Formats: sequence, structure tokens, C-alpha cells
Amino acid sequence: MFRRYFAVVASAVMILSMLVACSGPSGPGTNQPAQTSAAGPVSTALPTGKVTLNMYIETGFPLPQKLADEFTRQHPNVTFNIRQDQFQVITENGPREMAGPNPPDLIRLPQVVGPAKSGLLLNLDPYYKAYGWDKWSQSLLDQMRVGTDGIRGHGSLYGLGIGYDVTGVFYNKKLAAQIGMKSPPTTIDEFNALLAKAKAAGLLPIMQFNDIGGVNFPYQALANQFEDPATLADWIYNKPGATINTPGTVKAAQYIAQWGKAGYFSKDVNSLDYTTMMGRFEKGQGVFMFNGDWESANLDKAMPGNVGFFLFPPEKAGGRSVAMSAPASYVIPARAKNAAEMVYFLNWVHTNEAARKIIVEENGASPGGPSDLPLPPIPAGTVLSQTLAATNQLAKSGVAIDFFANATPGIYANAFRPELQLLVAGKETPEGFVQNIQKSYQQELKQ
Amino acid sequence: MMGSKPELNPIVASSVRSSRHRLVARGRWAGWLYVLPALVMYALFVLWPLLTSVEYSLYSWNGIDAGRWVGLENYWSVLTDSELILPIVHSFELVFFFTVIPVCLGLVAAALIRGFSEGGFGAVARTILFLPQVAPLVAAGIAWKWAYSETGIVNQLLSAVGLGSLTRPWLADFGTALPAVGFIGAWVLLGFCTVLLLTGMSKIDPALYEAARIDGSGPIQEFRFITVPSLIGEIGVCVTVSMIAALSSFDIIYISTYGGPGRVTMVPGVLIYRLAFDERKVGLASAMAVILMILVVGCVLVVQRVMKGENS
Repeated sequence: MFRRYFAVVASAVMILSMLVACSGPSGPGTNQPAQTSAAGPVSTALPTGKVTLNMYIETGFPLPQKLADEFTRQHPNVTFNIRQDQFQVITENGPREMAGPNPPDLIRLPQVVGPAKSGLLLNLDPYYKAYGWDKWSQSLLDQMRVGTDGIRGHGSLYGLGIGYDVTGVFYNKKLAAQIGMKSPPTTIDEFNALLAKAKAAGLLPIMQFNDIGGVNFPYQALANQFEDPATLADWIYNKPGATINTPGTVKAAQYIAQWGKAGYFSKDVNSLDYTTMMGRFEKGQGVFMFNGDWESANLDKAMPGNVGFFLFPPEKAGGRSVAMSAPASYVIPARAKNAAEMVYFLNWVHTNEAARKIIVEENGASPGGPSDLPLPPIPAGTVLSQTLAATNQLAKSGVAIDFFANATPGIYANAFRPELQLLVAGKETPEGFVQNIQKSYQQELKQ
Repeated sequence: MMGSKPELNPIVASSVRSSRHRLVARGRWAGWLYVLPALVMYALFVLWPLLTSVEYSLYSWNGIDAGRWVGLENYWSVLTDSELILPIVHSFELVFFFTVIPVCLGLVAAALIRGFSEGGFGAVARTILFLPQVAPLVAAGIAWKWAYSETGIVNQLLSAVGLGSLTRPWLADFGTALPAVGFIGAWVLLGFCTVLLLTGMSKIDPALYEAARIDGSGPIQEFRFITVPSLIGEIGVCVTVSMIAALSSFDIIYISTYGGPGRVTMVPGVLIYRLAFDERKVGLASAMAVILMILVVGCVLVVQRVMKGENS
């Protein structure tokens, strides 16, 4: 019996190895075209003929759709064909979509390094000069630059944001008053004391999802204060030799471990998903929630007058603010058929008054663009006005830093997600947590 | 004449031989022709992807750029990295929930349902048990995620019967996540096993039970000495199918825990997906897939051999 199986297996192995040998040393992926780079003068005018632009965007974030509608209203010859997918699905499929024969003209993509190195992205440098983007806030654009060395933060421009987001802490005003919080905390110690008070009052101090590693919001908020932001930025931008294994990041992990142990997160934090977190917070089941300004407009609707926002406080009173603030980044594939028209649209998004109004009101994000253009007026007392004020404060006197999760394509799923779950549950030491993240980072970059 | 072969005229003999040969040859080709459509589909959608996976597993490749030949390095990584080995261990733990529980409970359920097979109750019970097999696993995973949540039905039931101290977010608890996921698998596969075993039972000669009863045996002895031995073939199929489901599980875990909390429910299926699409390590993912395939085939061969031995 086994002899027969052996014969079958042996012949299968032989056929396999022959086929593998036949496919030659070229291996997979060798038929990709070489990198195309935009050369020569580029057009900054919109054609008058009929054009259909294809966009591949994120489900649940209807902002690009609304902007597209407004654009078509202003320019009836341009229409949009929009395809939507979950954020994670776009992250997984994006590079292959762009490498395929019919890439979309615009795609929501958080990680630009890999695709830029593979020559999949349109180099926007010629347009940068043609449209005069040098008058825009440069620190926001730098996050989407990639050097020839594969390091982010410098080099050619490969994407633009549609809305520039800021993150911080939302709080339930009624519950905050209940624990004696009269104004937002000015130091981490003050914030810590408020958490203890909330716990003592029988309230849930922090409503945070962590089924997929959402505790990274508070973790990085802490790390941003305890560690030099430049060290963290080097790590996120993959500078050679960069490490996240530092005293500051370990200290941040110690806080998270302690918050987990003290029951400051919900009991089911590790299976709590984003939507449920939002629902519970809106129902008043938690005092604080670490999140971003993309929820401002929603929260103003769901709990009008009862929600506030502050940037996570520095370690010492009066210190500069450091917060995760990143563009909702969009890229144009190198092979896009309507690249020039798409760039025109992106430029319009940053400069057109109606477009900027839509971004602020619908998404709560800063529209970016020329620094001297005024922001659309926002009713005072809304959380939207607070998140916009926070963005301004950060731009003037603070430091904006990208998300740890954007360091490499796999770091979030492979390291932060499981490790944060272990850390919160007290099954991983703060030192071990940081070491494992660094180990996973190095392994991924090694390839 | 006994013992000596009848001789034919040599000319006749050769013509008979060649026409038989032609018939056999034609039959052989006709046979191939019949299986050709299926064979083409099988080659295109099973063999070809399998071969390309083997090829990819020998490269370091991100799915876009040109791959770099690394030989067996990816296999070495899978076999030496504890983070990559652990999911394989988990999948063997799942075999208990996906295989042992459904087959054992399925035998009992089938024996009980058989008693009611005449009435409507048997049909209703069969339908209810088989329903999970019909529902898409993704939908089942979402439903169970709610059921297991802190305020879900599982905890509500526990509180209602005075076991409130046991309540917990089942999928978020490091100790209970794997068994909780395992029970979803048991729930899905129980119906399949029950229906298959019921069908097998209908083939058992009723005279055997009659004879046993005349000899004074009770229902438990009947079950043990007639039902189970007669069903070895069906049990073999149940074990094989459910074992493959356990070792190559993907959808239930992907939806309910995505391998968490920590990495306690990470299984090879989800890890392969994550390596290939999140981390874009297509070569490493393919090596893991090939190793998983070899493991599954190995286990199935062992099960087949054991069952064949039992049968004879």
C-alpha cells in the first residue's frame, strides 16, 4: 500500500522539480515593466472633452465621493467611477491593482515606500513645480516623499492627502464633569489622575478597541511624549539602524500595562471592535477615547454639546504638543490612464473653496493646501472646532508624527496587534513588548 | 485435454489478439476523453496553482518586483521560527474540536435520531443539525462573535442559570479563545457527521439488531457492537473531512479572532494569508502552504490506513 503511495509521491516530486527547473532562473514577477517617471513639461489644464476618472477608495469614508460630486458639478465633462473596499482590503490589493493592466486613476494607500520602490506610483515632482505646491505646508507633504534609498520623509513626492488628520483624546463632557475635570489635562500625570478618579467613580476610564490593536492610539500618544519624536520618525521612515527599543518607548509600554492591570480599559478590550467602541462611547459608556478627527462630525451629531477633544498632554506642563497626524494619503498609479486629470482634481481638492468646506465639514480634517488660504467657518462649541484648533496648534508650535502602523506593511498585523493584546492582558512585559516589535520590524525589512 | 491449452489457428489467433488490442486501446482513449473536461479544470485550478506555489516557495518575492532565488531558505524559516511553528500546533489542538467532538456526538445524535426516523421529529432534528453546514462560515463566524461577546447570549445564559461568575469575553480571553473557536467548528461539522452516519446506519441489516436483542443485549451494547463497527467506513470519511477542515481552517478564525488575542488562535491558514497579503512575503507564505499541504496529506494517509486496518 505504502509503496504505491511512495511511487505516486516520488513521481509528483519529480514532475514538480522538473517544472520548477523549466520555469528557469527568471522566477516570478520578472515581466514587470521598468519604472516610468514623468519627464518633461506636464499639463495643469483640465481637458474639455469627456473624461471618466476611476477611483479606488475606502468603504465608510464617503468624503472622496462627495468631493467627486462637487467636482462634476463644477466641471460637467468629468465624471467619476468609484469602487470601494474595506481599508485592509485596499492595503492588501492596492499594489497588485496598480501593477495590473487597468489600474485605477486614484487609490487610497497608506504605505507608499514599497509601491514607490517598485515603480508603481506616479512621481508628482513635475506637478509640484507646475502647480506651485511649494507654497503649501511642507511638513504635511514630507510624509509622502520617498528617497531613492527607500527612506520616507525626503526625496520625490508620491502622494497627496485628501484631508490631513490629527489624533488625540475625545471625552464625554458630562462624565468628565462628574470626575471633576474642569479643563483638559496639561500633563500626563494629570491625565493619569483623572483615569484613577474615573475608575474610582465606577466609570470606564478609556473606551478603546483592541481586537485589531487599537490600543496603539494611546500607546503611541504616550511614546510621542516620552521619546524624542525624531527617533520615532526615523523608525517609521525606515532609516538604517533605527530602533524603537528605547527607554521612552518602554516607559510608554509600562503605562499601558499598568492601565490594563488597573482595569482602565474595558474587560473585553481585546475583542472590542471599532464600530462597537464608537457605539458605546456615543452612548456614554466611557469617559475618554483615543481617536482621530475623522470622527468629529459624527460625534457632534451623535452626542451634540457633550463631547470634547484635546491633544494628548506632554510630560511636563507647557511642553510642546506631539501628536500622530497624517494625511489620508492618496496616490496615482504610474500606469494610470488619466494621471494629469487626477492631479488636477487633487490640486482642486486643496485649493477650491467649496472642496475645502466639504473636507472640513464632512470629515473634520484640515484641508491642507496653501498656508494663506482661510479655513471655512465652523460653529463654536462643536468638537469639530476643537479638532481643527488642535490641528492649527500642532502646525504652529507642535510636532506632527505619522502612525507607528505605517512603518512597514506588516508591522501592525504581525507585531502591534498581538503584542498590544498581550501587553494589555499582562501577558507580556513592557521590555519584551518593545523588543518583539523591533524584532518583527527588522525581520520584515530584511527581506 | 486437461491441463493443455487449446490451440487456435495462428492467423485467427493473431487477428483476435489485434482486434482485442484495438478495442482496449480505443477504450483507453475514450476513457481519457470522458475525464478530459474535469481533468482540464483540475489541472488549471488545482494543479497549476499548486505548482506555482511550489515555485514561489523557492523565491523571496513581494508579489510585484522580480523574485530572488533563495532555494529552501523559506522552508528553513518556517521550520525554525517558533512564531511560524506555533500555528501548526494550534491547528492540531483544533483537531480535537473539529474531529473528536463532532464524530462522537454525531454517532450519539445519529443513533438517537434513528430511533425517531419514522416520525417528523427525526426530519426536524436532521435539518436543524445540518443547518450550520448550509450557512456561510463567514456569517456563522460573525454570529458566534456576537454570541461570545461580553454581553452576548453565552454570558446571558450563564448568568440566567446562576453561573455569572464564569462569564467573560470568550474570544478575548487568552485561556478560552482557542476552545471557543474550536466549538464553532464542532457546531459546523456536527451536522455533516450526523447526516453521514445516519445514512450509514440505514444500510445496517435490521436482522443484526433483532438477533442481538434475542440474545439479550441492550441499546448500549447494540450501539457498541453493531452500530459503531458497521459504520467504520463512514467514520473514516467523517474523520478525514473534519481533520482537513481543522488543519486548513481559515474562515472561522479569520472572522472571529484573526489569530488573537496575542497569537493564541493563529492557525496556518490565517498566517499564510497574512504573510502573503499583509507582509507581502509570497515566498514564505507559499513555503508554509506547501508544508501545510504535506502535513494534511500525511495525516489523511495515516487515518486512511488506520481505518482500512479496522475495517478488515
